[in-house]
Amino acid sequence: MNATRTIVLWCPDWPITAVARVRGLAADAPVVLIDGSVVFACSAAARVEGVRRGMRVREAQARCPQLLVFPYEQALDIRSFEPVLEAIEQTMPGVQLLRPGTCAVRARGPARYYGGEEEAALWLLDALDALGIHGSRVGVADGPFTAEHAARLPGRQRIRIVPEGESAEFLAPMPVGLLGQPALATLLRRLGIHTLGEFSRLAAADVGARFGESGAWLHSLASGRDSRPVVARTPPEQLDRVVEFEPPLDRIDQVTFGFRAAADEFIAELVCAKLVCTAIRIEVDSESGDVSERGWLHPRSFTAADVVDRVRWQLQGAGAVDSGLGSGITRVRVIPENVDAIGNHEEGLWGTGLDERIHHGLSRVQSMLGHGAVLTAVLGGGRTLLDRRTLVAWGDRPTGGKPSSQPWPGRLPTPAPSSVFEAPRPAIVLDAEGATVDVDERGTLSGAPAQFSTDGTTLLPVGAWTGPWTIDERWWDVDDSRRASRFQLVDRAGVAWLLMLDGGHWWAEARYD
Amino acid sequence: MFEYGEMNHSAATLAPSGARSGARATERESVESLQARIRQMQATRLDTRTIPTHPAIAGLLPGGGLKQGVAYSVDRSATLLMALLAAPSAAGTWCGVVGVPEFGVEAAAGFGIDLDRLVLVPHPGGQWLAVTAAVADVLGVVVTRPPRRASDASVSRLTARLRQRGTTLLVLGPWPQSEAMLSLSESSWSGIGQGNGHLNARQVTVTVTSRAGRPRSARLWLPDPHEQFRAVNVQREAYRQEAAG
Repeated sequence: MNATRTIVLWCPDWPITAVARVRGLAADAPVVLIDGSVVFACSAAARVEGVRRGMRVREAQARCPQLLVFPYEQALDIRSFEPVLEAIEQTMPGVQLLRPGTCAVRARGPARYYGGEEEAALWLLDALDALGIHGSRVGVADGPFTAEHAARLPGRQRIRIVPEGESAEFLAPMPVGLLGQPALATLLRRLGIHTLGEFSRLAAADVGARFGESGAWLHSLASGRDSRPVVARTPPEQLDRVVEFEPPLDRIDQVTFGFRAAADEFIAELVCAKLVCTAIRIEVDSESGDVSERGWLHPRSFTAADVVDRVRWQLQGAGAVDSGLGSGITRVRVIPENVDAIGNHEEGLWGTGLDERIHHGLSRVQSMLGHGAVLTAVLGGGRTLLDRRTLVAWGDRPTGGKPSSQPWPGRLPTPAPSSVFEAPRPAIVLDAEGATVDVDERGTLSGAPAQFSTDGTTLLPVGAWTGPWTIDERWWDVDDSRRASRFQLVDRAGVAWLLMLDGGHWWAEARYD
Repeated sequence: MFEYGEMNHSAATLAPSGARSGARATERESVESLQARIRQMQATRLDTRTIPTHPAIAGLLPGGGLKQGVAYSVDRSATLLMALLAAPSAAGTWCGVVGVPEFGVEAAAGFGIDLDRLVLVPHPGGQWLAVTAAVADVLGVVVTRPPRRASDASVSRLTARLRQRGTTLLVLGPWPQSEAMLSLSESSWSGIGQGNGHLNARQVTVTVTSRAGRPRSARLWLPDPHEQFRAVNVQREAYRQEAAG
């Protein structure tokens, strides 16, 4: 079977490019993306400093102290490659996504249309440069495997064309590791076979007998007989909505009013597709070039009014409803992130009434005060009381809490205090001589507490007290470490306080009232 | 509707009590207590239904429990507030806390308040009355703390709304039209010494002052060493103090 002539486009370090575009980083910044504690991808600047893929984060930071470290997100990779695919589809039809950063196009049509394979490749590179993605490379060969390795061949040349029928010669000097099967590659090396050319010279029947069907398939790849066709993707149905504002609007109520009709259409189109949306992503572009992007969840499914509310909350940030914006808004885009069949979300005839009513009531309060004003609480792990509780906005799902199943030595004994101050309040604790009580490095008190004040005006006599209970957190991290001593004090009136001595200052953390 | 079997059975239980006059007094007491319980559970008017209330506090409140559609005022103590919230929350009622940013969630969970059905609006700002009314529309029990004195007109509007919706309002601080005012006094902590131990349990006197009748008070564990609320057994405590002294 003849191999299809294929154009493969490769954007080197795509995960890095994606992160730099989303976070607005400079092109020459040393960036690494980590997966667990290991470097997953690194930028060219970081590579110059000696950072390599698969290295431990600490080692990478030692080689390049000014390194910017971000977690690797696969979803971001795929999402940010979408505009590239759309741009290519405008230049030539029938794109197949191989993986984020790499895609394949059948060469025959574009080559005939643009007048040659090299011309077509130049058009492709032009389209990418227009998007602001530089340094991408194109390989043209028989079959996607050869074409991809032609694109990845080191050197200054951005377009490599392997003439028809010369794939085997092109691939012959390349190492067997390129087949992407580490176990097979190791075995072949032990057998004294180091290049694809040597592997392809083995008899196909022998390879099939020894390595089975998958081995035979890799053998045909190595001999330049890549029988995979290019399967063009079906462009996904466009369910997102964009509204451009010309001239830019600088008031939140104007923007939300301008978006209302689009929100109605957005929901109507979803309904036509027999879908409901449980998560959306809103992108807001402003005149000064800032892009604000955020995902919003809904406990059931979005209605048009909910979408408009989310746009308003995103614009609002922490400001008031009728406040002006820093710079004019030029464009608002809503993308459905999570859709579900409408049948699963139809209300039952009985039994769902109460929750519905509660949700409506609380959403009303949210539209009065903002999304983050109505909260539910989840308990997690931690030592301080504020660490242990996670507040989640109504409708969101909890994220980022520490597990409470671990022992957390240093946490408070029960009962927990009934009033926990949002920010610790400054306090004063004096011993019998009137000197501030202090704790030394070894946890010894300078004197027993005799008087204390939590409001800064009246000194109360101490009825009973206990402590110090030392918390020594994250001592391995200079910026984040914390060493504090906690005390429980009861005044003569029977009100108990949880006080904390942190860096020579006394704070009231909570009250047992 | 009426079952003859039931009637005969009750007649049969009454007959021997008529014969023994000594048991009559205790029986009358039990009948009275049963009637009181029926009165508590069965509303004579629509607005006097009660919601589940912790038994240690229910006896002190007018009507024998927290009523639907009225406001109660709680003086300063968040623990007392949680004691009032725990029973309705455990029975499946949604609770809301408006304008109390320091509400201790961990303590609430420890005292038996279901966090899945607890909604917090810590900073209602200038619109606290509107927010309280909106939350009271949909949740069964709402706690609020007025940042300032509300006007009489807005208070009576909120009261009418509570009555219509059957929501119980617990106000931290004074409230002009409250059914009863709950306050704490003589709080004494146990388990803590001079530099040793830790706060373990507390005994307090809870006093309920209502518009009608004299104030009623009781000594309660708030909380006891197992994070429960219960009445203090006065005799046993006196005996223990004697033994200690």
